[in-house]
Amino acid sequence: MAGGRAGAQLPHLSKMERVVVSMQDPDQGVKMRSQRLLITVIPHTVAGGDIAEWLIQKYCLSEEEALHLGTLLVQHGYLYPLRDPRSLVLRPDDTPYRFQTPYFWTSTLGPATELDYAIYLAKKNIRKQGALVGHEKEHYDQLHRKMNHAWDLVVVQAREQLRAAKQRRKGDRLVIACQERTYWLVNRPPPGIPSVLEQGPERSSCAAAGRAQLVRTPPADPLLPNVPLTAPCAPTPRPLLSPLASPTCCPGCKPRARSSTGRRWSAAGRRWPGPGSSPPSASRRECAGGPSPDPPSGASPPPCPGPALAPGTPPPRYLNFSSQRGPHDPFLSGCLPSNPWVTDDDTYWTVNAPSVAVPTKLRVERWGFSFQELLGDPVGRAHFLAFLGTEFSAENLSFWEACEELRYGGQAQVPALVDSVYQQFLAPGAARWVNVDSRTMESTLAGLRRPHRYVLDDAQLHIYMLMKKDSYPRFLKSAAYRDLLAVAVVPAEARRRAFPFLRKPPHPSPSPTLLPASTSAEPVTAASDPACGDRGT
Amino acid sequence: MATDGLHENQTLASLKSEAESLKGKLEEERAKLHDVELHQVAERVEALGQFVMKTRRTLKGHGNKVLCMDWCKDKRRIVSSSQDGKVIVWDSFTTNKEHAVTMPCTWVMACAYAPSGCAIACGGLDNKCSVYPLTFDKNENMAAKKKSVAMHTNYLSACSFTNSDMQILTASGDGTCALWDVESGQLLQSFHGHGADVLCLDLAPSETGNTFVSGGCDKKAMVWDMRSGQCVQAFETHESDINSVRYYPSGDAFASGSDDATCRLYDLRADREVAIYSKESIIFGASSVDFSLSGRLLFAGYNDYTINVWDVLKGSRVSILFGHENRVSTLRVSPDGTAFCSGSWDHTLRVWA
Repeated sequence: MAGGRAGAQLPHLSKMERVVVSMQDPDQGVKMRSQRLLITVIPHTVAGGDIAEWLIQKYCLSEEEALHLGTLLVQHGYLYPLRDPRSLVLRPDDTPYRFQTPYFWTSTLGPATELDYAIYLAKKNIRKQGALVGHEKEHYDQLHRKMNHAWDLVVVQAREQLRAAKQRRKGDRLVIACQERTYWLVNRPPPGIPSVLEQGPERSSCAAAGRAQLVRTPPADPLLPNVPLTAPCAPTPRPLLSPLASPTCCPGCKPRARSSTGRRWSAAGRRWPGPGSSPPSASRRECAGGPSPDPPSGASPPPCPGPALAPGTPPPRYLNFSSQRGPHDPFLSGCLPSNPWVTDDDTYWTVNAPSVAVPTKLRVERWGFSFQELLGDPVGRAHFLAFLGTEFSAENLSFWEACEELRYGGQAQVPALVDSVYQQFLAPGAARWVNVDSRTMESTLAGLRRPHRYVLDDAQLHIYMLMKKDSYPRFLKSAAYRDLLAVAVVPAEARRRAFPFLRKPPHPSPSPTLLPASTSAEPVTAASDPACGDRGT
Repeated sequence: MATDGLHENQTLASLKSEAESLKGKLEEERAKLHDVELHQVAERVEALGQFVMKTRRTLKGHGNKVLCMDWCKDKRRIVSSSQDGKVIVWDSFTTNKEHAVTMPCTWVMACAYAPSGCAIACGGLDNKCSVYPLTFDKNENMAAKKKSVAMHTNYLSACSFTNSDMQILTASGDGTCALWDVESGQLLQSFHGHGADVLCLDLAPSETGNTFVSGGCDKKAMVWDMRSGQCVQAFETHESDINSVRYYPSGDAFASGSDDATCRLYDLRADREVAIYSKESIIFGASSVDFSLSGRLLFAGYNDYTINVWDVLKGSRVSILFGHENRVSTLRVSPDGTAFCSGSWDHTLRVWA
């Protein structure tokens, strides 16, 4: 699925570009040197180790993180290894790399087209005298078939580009070949290598304004990357990646008159721009030297940046909430007896099963944090119901539960449920009449004429707040709750097993689909279930 | 009403600039109310120690990119979905696969486990959300009992059951969210307001259980009243698509992860952003976020294959986890907070603790 978005819509590309640009800063960037490659000397190379070091210094990274980031830069084609082009990884040694010219950046060129790829493969085929191999051979044959009617054009372009290339110095030729090869390794990765450019299904962002042009005229001669500090190899005309595009050699040159139809030329056959157009070589012009846009501000690397925080409210409640829950957070405070994922021992889960007879101390403590916490725990809720029973207000909780069932139940059940709740809890003389204030009762009864799932919301809220403000605090102060805390279990920390292979393998557990329906909906009354404690280990 | 105030000389441009100036005034008012930074207050909180978080389980079995996952309430089973249309239910503790379904579409970007543990919901490029009851009966083909619940006009990006198996909330590339009755497939409520694809949603853990938050390609996070369908709050400080939203455990705030490589914390009562979690070296978008049980830690999976762990209160990064070999597309903390699971485009899921 070709990515449909370019630089501005893929923020990570422009950020990577800023990184490589600052890497090439004359004062603060990575040290450059010349590298001998067989018998040619390539200027402006950098060593993998130096890149890693620079990243470590600039962003306060660990070596692992620096290498990871560096490798991503290589995988996206912003850096290429000189010796082993297919190995797109950053090596922390003196392996030489070079910076890709912005001409070949993904954000510059947009997604590679089939035509461009066909020309590239045709060039390679010609150079290798028909000995393409592997996936390139397959693609070549495929494209040949697909673009058969226009294949002559492809071959003409390929030949032209090869001819133009021969006119360059050997060093330049080598560099351009490397740059081009890197571009294609990123845009058409060999099988088995995932494409870093894949973005997933197309998303539509906000219209117009922020959207960058998918297609832009290339900003500069690839031999004169806008990297100001790479001393230009001779300012020769650019290689024609897409000869039909209007080549703006460099900012100083005037763009050609010919329209840039190249990018959108499709195999379906667009009119070749005019009979009068000559092959690019004839009208190519020399770039007037190497202008370059302003170097990026060579700011000294900022001190290790702290976290960026926006001004905001002082929310003591965050501190309170998180501190209160800290001891209950397995990531912060561990688990007793042990974290099942770490030791393969699931005792923690059996000890904390939804309907265990004797809950752990931490669990009983949590019921005191908030009413919501208490109601959310089946064991807690069961004990609360028992307590309400002693105060003759158990119908409040039952009413609330019935309302929840209505709100989250099936649409078809709504009328029946509303009626049943009314009969049980709201009708005058109802068996379990709930004490709702008169105004709420009035509006609820009025709403019942046209029952819908939210018709009991007001009454439910009223009863909920009654329980929360009144019954709940009393529950927490009650002897019942204190006793629960007293008998609550604190599992002993599991003995560390020195050898993992001495551990028992992880137990399977019955799937929820096989258990009786009572597990999630109704809280099991703990008192009636003495045996449901630990499963034997 | 809004319509009868239009005068002849009010053009679209003038209305737009009026909207902008109102936005600016709103920001000013918000700023006046609060002037102390979260991390300053958090100075009195103890610093966190060093964490050892490792991959404890690797789930291999998907033949293509894993796009979404969800935990079962039993704290060990998970459902995961992938690009090739496969949806798998695993007991991640033993790493056994228990169920598998092949959807008739590719890019199954959303999946969810029902609260009862007896069904799953999923959808993607088919523009629908379907519910599959889980069965171990060999004679029953799971696909046969499938129920098509939601119908959107573009891809399904997220789905979640509410408090029961009988209602599903969905988010879609068509710019809307919707609440559905599972049994009948009836649309109960729709939520319009996003200006572009909606990519994520999360239900509020509040006592009165009536709101949810959604994030979209319009860079906005919007909080909705489920009953009325109205947007009650909106936040627009991200610079790119919001891929993931998740409530802070108390329900007072939520975090978001975006393609702009930052995660942010928004306070609902203060009605503003209160923290940004970012680093200059973090360049790739955050695809999914979730809190630890206490809300002190924020786990975020990124498109650069890593997972960063943030101290929510202090704003600093606590840890970076390597392991995945392609972008992390989904991340959820288990219901009891003992672990979190990440799914990736490298075809695997990992459980970390």
